[in-house]
Amino acid sequence: MEILSSKPLLACAVSLFAVIPIVLFGRRPNVREGFTFLAAVLKFGVVLSMLPLVLKGHVIKHTVWQILPNVAIEFRVDSFGMLFALVASSLWIVTSLYAVGYMRALKEHSQTRFYAFFAVALSATLGVAFSANLLTMYLFYELLSLSTYPLVTHHQDKEARTGGRTYLTYLLGTSVAFALPAMIYCYAKTGGAMEFSGAGALAGSIEPGAALVLLLLLVFGFAKGGLMPFHSWLPGAMVAPTPVSALLHAVAVVKVGVFCIFRVFTGVFGVGFLQELGIATIISIVAAFTVVASSLIALSQDSLKRRLAFSTIGQLAYITLGVSLLSKQGVTGSQMHIAMHAFGKITLFFCAGAIFQASGKKYISQLAGIGRRMPLTMTAFTIGAMSVVGLPPTGGLWSKFYLVSGTVEAGQYSMMWVYLLSSFLNAVYFFPIVFHAFFRKPPDGELNGGLKEAHPCCVAALCVTAIVSVLLFFSPDPFFSLAKMTTGISFAPIE
Amino acid sequence: MAEHAPVILLLAPLFAAIAVSLAGIRLPAKAASVAEESTGAAGEIPAPALPAKEDQLCYLLTIGALAISLVASLTMLGQTIDSGVIQYFVGNWSSPLGIGIELRVDHINAVALVMISAVALITAFYSGSRVAEETPGKEPQFYAMFLLSVMGLMGMTVAGDAFNLYVLLEVASLSGYALVAMGEKRRASVAAFNYIIMGTIGASFYLLGVGYLYIKTGSLNMAGIQGIIAEQGLQGSKTIQIAFILILLGVWIKMAFFPLHGWLANAYSYSPSSSACLLAPLVTKVSIYIMIRMMLTVFGPFYVFTTLDWGSVVVWLATIAIVAASIIALCQTELKKMLSYLIVAEVGYMVGGAWLGNHFGMVGAIYHIISDGFMTLCLFLASSILIFKTKQNTIAGLAGLYKKMPLTMGAFTLGALSMIGAPPTCGFFSKYYLIRGGIEAGHWEYVGALLFSSLVNAILFFRIIEVAYFNPLPKEGESHGHDDHDESERVRWDEAPASMVAPLLIAASGVLFVGLYNREIVTVIEQTLNTYALVGGGG
Repeated sequence: MEILSSKPLLACAVSLFAVIPIVLFGRRPNVREGFTFLAAVLKFGVVLSMLPLVLKGHVIKHTVWQILPNVAIEFRVDSFGMLFALVASSLWIVTSLYAVGYMRALKEHSQTRFYAFFAVALSATLGVAFSANLLTMYLFYELLSLSTYPLVTHHQDKEARTGGRTYLTYLLGTSVAFALPAMIYCYAKTGGAMEFSGAGALAGSIEPGAALVLLLLLVFGFAKGGLMPFHSWLPGAMVAPTPVSALLHAVAVVKVGVFCIFRVFTGVFGVGFLQELGIATIISIVAAFTVVASSLIALSQDSLKRRLAFSTIGQLAYITLGVSLLSKQGVTGSQMHIAMHAFGKITLFFCAGAIFQASGKKYISQLAGIGRRMPLTMTAFTIGAMSVVGLPPTGGLWSKFYLVSGTVEAGQYSMMWVYLLSSFLNAVYFFPIVFHAFFRKPPDGELNGGLKEAHPCCVAALCVTAIVSVLLFFSPDPFFSLAKMTTGISFAPIE
Repeated sequence: MAEHAPVILLLAPLFAAIAVSLAGIRLPAKAASVAEESTGAAGEIPAPALPAKEDQLCYLLTIGALAISLVASLTMLGQTIDSGVIQYFVGNWSSPLGIGIELRVDHINAVALVMISAVALITAFYSGSRVAEETPGKEPQFYAMFLLSVMGLMGMTVAGDAFNLYVLLEVASLSGYALVAMGEKRRASVAAFNYIIMGTIGASFYLLGVGYLYIKTGSLNMAGIQGIIAEQGLQGSKTIQIAFILILLGVWIKMAFFPLHGWLANAYSYSPSSSACLLAPLVTKVSIYIMIRMMLTVFGPFYVFTTLDWGSVVVWLATIAIVAASIIALCQTELKKMLSYLIVAEVGYMVGGAWLGNHFGMVGAIYHIISDGFMTLCLFLASSILIFKTKQNTIAGLAGLYKKMPLTMGAFTLGALSMIGAPPTCGFFSKYYLIRGGIEAGHWEYVGALLFSSLVNAILFFRIIEVAYFNPLPKEGESHGHDDHDESERVRWDEAPASMVAPLLIAASGVLFVGLYNREIVTVIEQTLNTYALVGGGG
């Protein structure tokens, strides 16, 4: 049933309005951060208040603005949008806590700008999560690219300039050159009125050749999904302060990319229509290649954040691969992986930032014995790594389980091997770090340093996400129930 | 009163122009002293000198007249929405076959008129604090030319008669040449001379074309000619065809359609900033309106798109224009030159859109007249303010300005995003309509050129944004290096005076407003457009 309510708009806009007090109280950091927390909690509260309705199978709609003759800026909260919104808005609270510790301990400059654009980015993220049609999604997608640019380039030095340039070139370039014309083509083909629908808005109104071009344009046009060969922006974006890398480049921005790809598969084309056309295999192959290649590249990275970034690229491709299998289990698995990977990877990024903040170390080769000085951080790191690899007792196990059963359901056993190989590689690039940290001797100068953890806010934040990663193993709800609902996606019977 | 709005629209600036020149007569003695003052204080920051009483009067007269025009154009927009096309015969001489003065307002030019009068008013506000410094001693002359130019441009838009249109075209052009020539350096005179030559050639072509048309049809009434061509079976006539080509060439020169754009860049870069901010958003756009008027009303879409069938050729020309002008813009180091070449690219957008020959292409072209007017105004105002504050004309001179002038840079960024085509600015929606028209017409080269131009714009503007954001503020006695990140390292706001920033902010909000209300604007435009039976119309 469809319910009309302005709650989706409220959830999206609350952080946008928070920008005003954040800027006004720029000279009083405690008040300023107070407003960030207030906005984050409110946002989470509003999202949470919609959860029971969505769990009952309702869809919440709100038309914001009739912007084009047949197309409105419109919100529509279904189970998948709800899942993503829950992940992003809950993690914003934790990240804000982390950011307070991180930014203050490092005495970063222009913190007001940082918090202001962070809030805008979160609005854009929820806008994408709740968007009801391609135009709304595109609008918030672009807003997210632009609002994160000042965050990525926060340090305003040469490295930041290069990273920022790559960031915008890839994200803006692909969205303008690929996604925009493809979107307008969709509208031209369907006469303007087009919403995401389970049956696929384009189903039947387009010939196979054009459909293939359109699918490629849309999938690569949303380059935030990090599919190769349009992935280089993500390692480049690692010049950002760690809270940005953690929330935006492990959760919000990159997941917005796969979210959009997911919507293209399920809402624009429709799973049944794609099965009929048989063109999704191309995306599967690209995604599978990305999974393996990025894991191998991750192995060769010495910078901790860059290794995490390449790991993220691989994990994002898991999700794309999962959808492109067009099986029910695969679709469920991809949705769950958005949540599970988010909690695991954000923990890892928090740890990387905490290590840098406490000891100034950025490279894996410097981490020998660091577990003795930062036991809490490294324990959390271990849990995060286990979750990303998919080992019990962490939530990562469940999403991998569904993704792998999705390959079996679709009969694509080669893809199952891709998942298994990649999980092995994940273990290979994470566990040596853990081993070095705990069992190697630290360099001579640091032998008797005693405990030296990061700022308490940082430690608290990373403990919370690590604990949640474990809890998700025992009770993967509500993400599991939301992912299983796959509201309105119609799967054609597989012959 | 309200039924006389079409003529009030024109008479207000015309009479004000006369009044302003009269008010300026007493000035010569004073002019010398003002000129001395301004040269004497050249070294210091030129705080806007307190204008003389006469100048203040001129300024107020200008603002008043343009405000009346804006009200008149808004009234007419309301009237056309309520009751359709307005026909106004000046002096009640309704002689459709002779040369009467007929003013005609339908939904398309009603919207265009609101844009023109709004842009003129905003620029007039801005000019108040700049004229005294840029054209010392010639303030009344400047305002008189300014008003005449606006009057000419609005007149071209409301004219219902092809010859009247020519007269008003000359009024607008001649005053425009004078506005350009008022630039402070000698190169402004050269630019103005170049503009005169090119502009006169364009006007002559137009006049010649109208002459041929008159010989063949015996009418100059724009709405009537189409019927006469159809009635007398003149579609095959070579004379009509030549007339169309001549008129087209004339307006193409006037709108700086590549490769006929030679006059534009220098004229807009070297003229006084108030002149550039008036001419850059309006002159090319009004010429495009004339082209569309000729295509739709005078010759008729059937003649243009079916009988002649040159659509593909012109769309290709437009494609080349967009790509070439974007590349030339990429090569510029001066801010205003770069913006000027972007105008040339935008002209390509609109010519291409109009010649796609379908509904969405035409909607996009007409909507882009409105949106490009505000976009160009926003960018020209912002860059004029930036040049005024930094006293540098180059992109490199903008270092560190996000901290120093956040409002101006914010408005500039908004204009830039609109040029790139990021939603919800108006630039996005014009691209939406134009690309949709291109897709439906199957002109993929044109779609590609639009996307290419968006990407080039992104590179261009982010190059500027990078300089303003990353490069440290140049400072005498560089005290702090870039590395010490400290919250206390606050740069003082150093904005231009409010009388300059306020018009800029209004223009910037115009960019957003036109974008957010694009559906309303398009719905109004469509009421007239749907009567022309273009492909894919009616929806």
